[in-house]
Amino acid sequence: MSLNFIQVILVIVVAFFAGMEGILDQWQFHQPLVACTLIGLVTGTLVPCIILGGQLQLIALGWANVGAAVAPDAALASVASAIILVLGGQGRSGVNSAIALAVPLAVAGLLLTTLVRTLATGIVHLMDAAAARGSFSGIDFWQYVAVAMQGLRIAIPAGLILAVGAGPVKSLLNMIPGWLNQGLGIGGGMVVAVGYAMVINMMATAEVWPFFALGFVMATIPNLTLIALGTIGVALALIYLALQESGSNNASTGVANTGDPVGDIIDNY
Amino acid sequence: MAERIHLTKRDRFHVMWRTQLLQGSWNYERMQNGGWCYSLIPAIKKLYTNKDDQIAALKRHLEFYNTHPYVSAPVTGVVLALEEDRANGAPVTDVAIQGVKVGMMGPLAGVGDPVFWFTMRPILGALGASMALTGSILGPIIFFVAWNIIRLAVLWYTQEFGYRAGSAITKDVSGGLLGKVTKGASILGMFVLGALVNRWVNVKFTPVVARTPQQKGAYIDFAHLPKGGQGIHDAMTQQAAGLSLDKIKVTTLQNNLDSLIPGLAALLLTFICMWLLKKKVSPIWIILGLFVVGVLFHVWGLM
Repeated sequence: MSLNFIQVILVIVVAFFAGMEGILDQWQFHQPLVACTLIGLVTGTLVPCIILGGQLQLIALGWANVGAAVAPDAALASVASAIILVLGGQGRSGVNSAIALAVPLAVAGLLLTTLVRTLATGIVHLMDAAAARGSFSGIDFWQYVAVAMQGLRIAIPAGLILAVGAGPVKSLLNMIPGWLNQGLGIGGGMVVAVGYAMVINMMATAEVWPFFALGFVMATIPNLTLIALGTIGVALALIYLALQESGSNNASTGVANTGDPVGDIIDNY
Repeated sequence: MAERIHLTKRDRFHVMWRTQLLQGSWNYERMQNGGWCYSLIPAIKKLYTNKDDQIAALKRHLEFYNTHPYVSAPVTGVVLALEEDRANGAPVTDVAIQGVKVGMMGPLAGVGDPVFWFTMRPILGALGASMALTGSILGPIIFFVAWNIIRLAVLWYTQEFGYRAGSAITKDVSGGLLGKVTKGASILGMFVLGALVNRWVNVKFTPVVARTPQQKGAYIDFAHLPKGGQGIHDAMTQQAAGLSLDKIKVTTLQNNLDSLIPGLAALLLTFICMWLLKKKVSPIWIILGLFVVGVLFHVWGLM
């Protein structure tokens, strides 16, 4: 399906916002759930794009920028795959191939993020110069330039896909045979595990593993919704912390050592 | 002595609003320094009227800085309090201010990453995604609204908390509270992760492991049903009563696995992924590999 002029502009605006958010990590416009839905909204392909957003969100749950490490680019993955889904015009049946395309796009996005972060190093030196002049507006200006660069990081690729147009994208998608599409769907059901594995590796300690086991077993009860499971989780955490506190109060020796090595470092700072 | 310069609530709100661009100029040299300096500008303008003081303040806040973008708010609050004291003549040195920033950013990032990126976003994201999979727009809306209400509340109230607590916060933060929040978040996170692995990782093996003929009366005897609508009615009644559709009971590998505990294969797959990640295999390669496995296993009839 091809888009009219206004739709093209709106898609690029959404892409620009997603690009900025991809680095700011505040409003979460770049999360697949939001970005795909917005592109569906402005192109009139709402429902398939929401489903794509939901599927991609499950894959991207564990993607996060931690420290200097960059996660696969959720912004480019969601925006580009949603545009491809829309241009392909296959509706819901196009979701599997759009997801399979999203992953390589997320990797390509990594390179773009790295590029922009390197360019931003130059911008910071311009800020230094502005600070030396005492120019507030100079620092503001370069900050906005840096944010805009992040927006363009997604808006330009989105524009390129739109420029290639519905025809080539559609014929590319039609070349994908059924067995491949179904196989990709099965793969899509499994790749979700990678995101969880990343998160578990980050959080797991001997102390919290039992809670993982509880969650896993309780999830087999079909009547428990995610909200119900979340409630149980909060309750367990509160109970555990309360019990631990009452336990440590009895055994308290009054030493300042809190058992928190980072805290001790700060105390001695 | 001149009247004390004071940052009003409006000034502090203005700073909070600007901290949302904290990561905008994220760079490999000094990371969030540009956004940090940018967000403090309203306070610097208010506190220092002398050009030299302004220049010194801007330079001071262009030093290296990096933490989680939300829990940076209490640091902002503390620094606002310190800068205010300094502007009013207290002996707050550059070293003290930089020390507070560096001292707080590490431990706070250690709280922010697990709480927001690894607990709240997966939970809200999975909740929204589960609704989105059915095509419901409520999924994205709930995710977006809930996330941003929580986020803005955290930004504003922790910044205010930091501002009030001033320099004392470093002591408070290193006490029990921070450790409790982190531990509580990781307990909740692990619990929900366990549930999500079971619910959302899809592994289904299709090979048939057994075909057993069933006893008469355990399956619907289609040959002896009445004709027409009455027959359909009887068949559906019998199925609702738990009778099997086929004379031969087919057991797939998946049925066997499910009778141990549903989701076992998903759990094993997750453990394999964790192991590969620990072996420093890039997540991207694992994801691409799983797609290849999905296609191959499907072609071979295993999945």
